[in-house]
Formats: sequence, structure tokens, C-alpha cells
Amino acid sequence: MTLRLTPEQIERYSRQIMIPDVGGKGQIRVRQGRVLVIGAGGLGSPAAFYLAAAGIGTLGLVDYDRVELSNLQRQILHFTEDVGRQKVASAEEKLNRLNPEVEIRTLAVRLEERNATEILAAYDFIVDGSDNFATKFLVNDAAVALGKPFSHAGIVRLQGQTMTVIPGKSACYRCLFKGPPPPGEILSCQQAGILGAVAGTIGSIQATEAIKFFAGMEDDLLTDRLLIYDAKTLSFRTIEVQRDLGCAACGRKKGIKSTTAESSVEAGKPGS
Amino acid sequence: MMVRVRVPTPLRKFTNGADEVKAQGNTVRALVDDLENKFPGIKERICDETGKIRRFVNVYINGDDIRFLQNMETALKEGDAISIVPAIAGGRK
Repeated sequence: MTLRLTPEQIERYSRQIMIPDVGGKGQIRVRQGRVLVIGAGGLGSPAAFYLAAAGIGTLGLVDYDRVELSNLQRQILHFTEDVGRQKVASAEEKLNRLNPEVEIRTLAVRLEERNATEILAAYDFIVDGSDNFATKFLVNDAAVALGKPFSHAGIVRLQGQTMTVIPGKSACYRCLFKGPPPPGEILSCQQAGILGAVAGTIGSIQATEAIKFFAGMEDDLLTDRLLIYDAKTLSFRTIEVQRDLGCAACGRKKGIKSTTAESSVEAGKPGS
Repeated sequence: MMVRVRVPTPLRKFTNGADEVKAQGNTVRALVDDLENKFPGIKERICDETGKIRRFVNVYINGDDIRFLQNMETALKEGDAISIVPAIAGGRK
């Protein structure tokens, strides 16, 4: 497909087109890219904001939840007057105002084992902004099975973790962690708290990875490494992650036919 | 062997908020026991009831995952940097 940028698009995206690693060619690829953001919450808000601003072609948003007052401290797509509104409707409105040429698709559903494959299949890159382990393993297993690259992330208090997965090439989330903790074992944001700006940092990194993937920097992604951000000591470090040949999702002895039945208790709560 | 242990956010409640502590042991197993002596309750968050590292926690020695070394029996050297890295998810509410 040949696509040209209009003079208006060249102006709108000029500051990223002038980056040699992006260029006009990269921008055209970004315009053709389809990204699914799971959760319009703490991670999904900044990720979707930057993806729309960068001119991603299609942006899918999955979230079944409604905006609550306690979300506004970090979920920057939602404003005070949105309390009570469907998160995807609130997000769509803001993103349309920011960049009307991005096609926004909203899905006010819970991402579950029965619909994950169908939902993920329509996109080229997935940004996992979900807030619970069941959904994170579900996204990993579905994306790996479909061969869809994705950005994983988790946040708590003043700390964040993120890693990009290219199925078949790089270590997946299940290579890193075998499985989710039992429900209640690890504190949620509701119990532990999260600084909004920390979610913003990690969500922005997720958007960066998606843009890099489309713009032609797919060999320079955060793969086979877990980035750990500690805002308290303001340090970033990476830990090398090896592919596990025995991995239940991407290894030789794939044991995961369907996804994470082991932890469906808290499955499908997107939003961070 | 005295080593440095990086403590992740969810375990800092056991270390009075410290993000790094010193502890000792010739193996990872001995190190975890020393951590438990110094910071009671921490072992249960790292190991399951059979004494193995929990499936949502990883332990690294100078950046190497002990699962690809000798797990709990991996030997430690003076000054090693140990990282405990649990999976974190977040919360929407």
C-alpha cells in the first residue's frame, strides 16, 4: 500500500519525522499501525495519549470499567466531569479531540479467555495496561499463541517494571515468571497505592516501544530484559531475561492450550 | 559471605523501608535464612512451604537468574549483588 503524508500531517508530526530513526517512512508505518491498549487506566492513559498524538493508525481500547474519583490522580485520560462514565467513552472523546485522524475502536468488555484471541487478532501490537496478574498472563499467553508483539508492564507504589515481548524471538512474561501469585498474596494499587507519575513513566515507555516497533526500530526494543524503575531512589536498571525452553507459553513443551485457568478468579480487570 | 541484597518495594515493609540490606550466607538458601533472622516474615514471601523460590519471584546474583544456576544451592561470593524481583501487577481502584 502506498501512502503519502499530507502537508498538514507533515507539520503535525514534523518533530518526530525529523528524527533520523523515524523519518517520513517510519511515520507512514506508524500511520498504518494498529495498537490495542488493554485498560484505559494508569498505564493505558499515557500510552494511548502518546500513541494517538504520534498518529498511530488504529487504536483499540478495552476496558469494561467506569471512571471513579480515585482514578483521576493517575488516569489522565479522564477528567473530573467524567466520573461515572464508561472509561472507553471518556478516553475516546479525549483522543478524538487530540488527533481526529486516529481511528479509535472501543470495547467496553472484560478481556477473558473466551474473547482474548478474537480481540487481540485484529491488532499488530498490544500494550498491556491491565492491573492484575490473571489478565497479564492471559495477554501473554494469547499474544504468544497469535505471534503478536506486546509490551508488558506492572506498577506499584513508586516502582514499575516493563518488558517487550516478540513471540518466537524473545523471552515472554511466562519465561520470566512461571505463574501468578495466589489472589491476595501481592498488594494491589488499591491496597498499596501508586504515584500517578510513576504510571505515566511506565505507560510512556510502553507507547515508545509500540512506536519504535512500527517506525523501524523493531531490533532495538526492550526484549529479553526487564526494566525496573524505582522512583524512590530514581534508578532504572535492567535484568537480563532468558528464554525458557520449558516455558509453558512459548517453549518447546507448550503446556498452555487455553490461557490462565489457574487464576481466573481475578481475570479481566483492566485499568491499572 | 557478606552480600548486598536489593529489596523490592513489596518487601520493604520487612526491612523498615530499606531498599538495600546486607546479609550473609554461603548459598542462596543460607542467605534467605539469614534474611529471615534479620527480617522475620520475609522468607515466606520469597519461598513456598517446601522451601523453593516462589513461582512469581526471581532471585538474581549479579544479574544472573538462579534458576539457570543451582537455584537455592547456588554458591555466593563476598560482595555479590543479589536482587529479589517479584512480579508486580498494579491496581485499578
